[in-house]
Amino acid sequence: MWKDFLKNTIKAGKKLVMSDIRYIKGKEPHPRETRVIFKNVDREGWDPSIACYLKDGGYEMLKKGLKMKPDEVREEVKTAGLRGRGGAGFPAGVKWGFIPPNNEKPVYLICNADESEPGTFKDRYIMHQDPHQLIEGMVLSCYAVGAHLAYIYIREEFPEAAQILEKAIAEAHEKGFLGKDIQGTGFDLEIYVHRGAGAYICGEETGLIESLEGKRPYPRIKPPYFPAAMGLYLCPTIVNNVETLCHVKHIIEMGGAEWAKTGKPNNTGTRILCVSGDVKKPGYYEVQVGHVTMGELINDICGGLKDGRKLKAVIPGGSSAKVLRADEKFTIGKGDDAKEIDIWDIPMDFDTLAACGSMAGSGGVIVIDDSRSISWVLNNINAFYAHESCGQCTPCREGSLWMKKITDRLVLGKASPEDIDTLESVAYNIDGKTICAFGEACSWPTESFIAKFRDELTADTKSDLSGDIVNLESELAAAGLK
Amino acid sequence: MPLEVPSELEKSIDDRITHYPVSKRSAVLPVLHELQHHFGFINEDAVEWTAAKLELEPIKVLEVVTFYPGFRQSAPGKYHIRVCRTLSCAMAGSYELMESICEKAGIDRSGVTHHDPIAVSADGKYSIEFAECLASCGSGPVCLVNDDFHEEVKDVEGLLKKYN
Repeated sequence: MWKDFLKNTIKAGKKLVMSDIRYIKGKEPHPRETRVIFKNVDREGWDPSIACYLKDGGYEMLKKGLKMKPDEVREEVKTAGLRGRGGAGFPAGVKWGFIPPNNEKPVYLICNADESEPGTFKDRYIMHQDPHQLIEGMVLSCYAVGAHLAYIYIREEFPEAAQILEKAIAEAHEKGFLGKDIQGTGFDLEIYVHRGAGAYICGEETGLIESLEGKRPYPRIKPPYFPAAMGLYLCPTIVNNVETLCHVKHIIEMGGAEWAKTGKPNNTGTRILCVSGDVKKPGYYEVQVGHVTMGELINDICGGLKDGRKLKAVIPGGSSAKVLRADEKFTIGKGDDAKEIDIWDIPMDFDTLAACGSMAGSGGVIVIDDSRSISWVLNNINAFYAHESCGQCTPCREGSLWMKKITDRLVLGKASPEDIDTLESVAYNIDGKTICAFGEACSWPTESFIAKFRDELTADTKSDLSGDIVNLESELAAAGLK
Repeated sequence: MPLEVPSELEKSIDDRITHYPVSKRSAVLPVLHELQHHFGFINEDAVEWTAAKLELEPIKVLEVVTFYPGFRQSAPGKYHIRVCRTLSCAMAGSYELMESICEKAGIDRSGVTHHDPIAVSADGKYSIEFAECLASCGSGPVCLVNDDFHEEVKDVEGLLKKYN
């Protein structure tokens, strides 16, 4: 159907415009969305083949970008103010600028497709439905930083996406968008897909690099191992998230300054928010950064909470982000501009969520209503981090497991009120005391849940535990939590 | 006993190794994936074979196998099911899904531990384990059956019927 439509449009000499794009029934974008990266996701008649991509004007930006000088491409990305979409929100152009100016070693680029922060599910759809957008963005980025060898580090649990990407890479090769002398410009680039093996820590860039070197993914200490200076094989390496690399294509298309007009200052562009948990319409929504508030996201875009339910809490940026309580007041802005707002009025951008004491992180918004037990939610999160700690640093290896064991007892009704203090002290003894940011990622949930829900957690404890000998394994199994 | 690797598989493995022109050691994960895909799991012989192939000490391969949850050291069922356990899926009913699959597939998970997370049905047809966040939190509960992804899984009987 879409192919016929395209043929007729082209035959009639009409230019394809955005309004011609139709989406699969029932999967249309919400009117508040601005689809840039997700333009082709759920698009009617769209498929991941290069033929489809080329018909839609694909790889034109690659041609445009390769006619520019590499530093001009870098400058556009810097001007755009593109902040990393993987979690840290670090400006991509600045990261690229960390490659030592007098470098004589080879430079590598790695696409971080290890999407595994609980609550996040955007890169999956890019890779499944629009793999060539990622390849085009990667070629431009490699050209900008001078890389001739790049890897897509994809999590093992995306076997289909890995196959789709390998096929797309072969297609791009065949059409001369990859390989030697790309489009006659003299620029060479090979991209390979590298599959992980089910470890969350590989999303941490230095852990990822160790993994790509064929080792256990124990993160490296910074300094001195900043990837841009000493990364893969101790050479300068740029690690960027899937969504971040895709944006590079659109920055070249629009120009950095024009692109920066979307979103808001210092929080530019669009980003994909992934909403899950207790809303009527969970899903992925691409919006201009900061143009939608938490209330608009939950109530308008996601159809509101389930009937008869009240909001209890929101984890706004993947499960490591500190939780926000529904009745909290937040102070945003500085000096004369400072004002107090409630959770519904928080604009979903990097700076505001940071000012609210949490983070925009990976864009994974988990909504929790009043039917949920906070102890149960925290225990689920703690089980995740206990499982995923790589074990390199003692505070994290031991602490993440202790936090899980304490909340295990909490959900079983076998914790004492003092356990809440112990739990809190374990968390603060991990935070800031580890090689990589996993230490913060695993302790922030516990720290923030205790800070904001101490009463509810304490209510799940029992002051008289005498005579209770807890066999965690068998009791968890009996409670259906194993 | 040395691992018997069919020539076609070895060719595919050799091709993968070329993706790492700087260091053969980088090919540890891809080689293990190819072997696990073919043999179902990684045994001692597969570790030895990989080490010889990549000119490494076997311990360098074994330490990788024992670290990553994606590598199995014992045989799974014909159909290996991975149910997402993490928050959004748990809120959507993944623990109930796990219980229901186990009941209908005849799997007993009582012996499962952190280091031995996989349970196999008595007939060897199905095996199951919890996986951490499969990155489809908006459509939970989700699971993988071998390489096939399933979302919003409600009809367990229908799911198992597809893999009979």
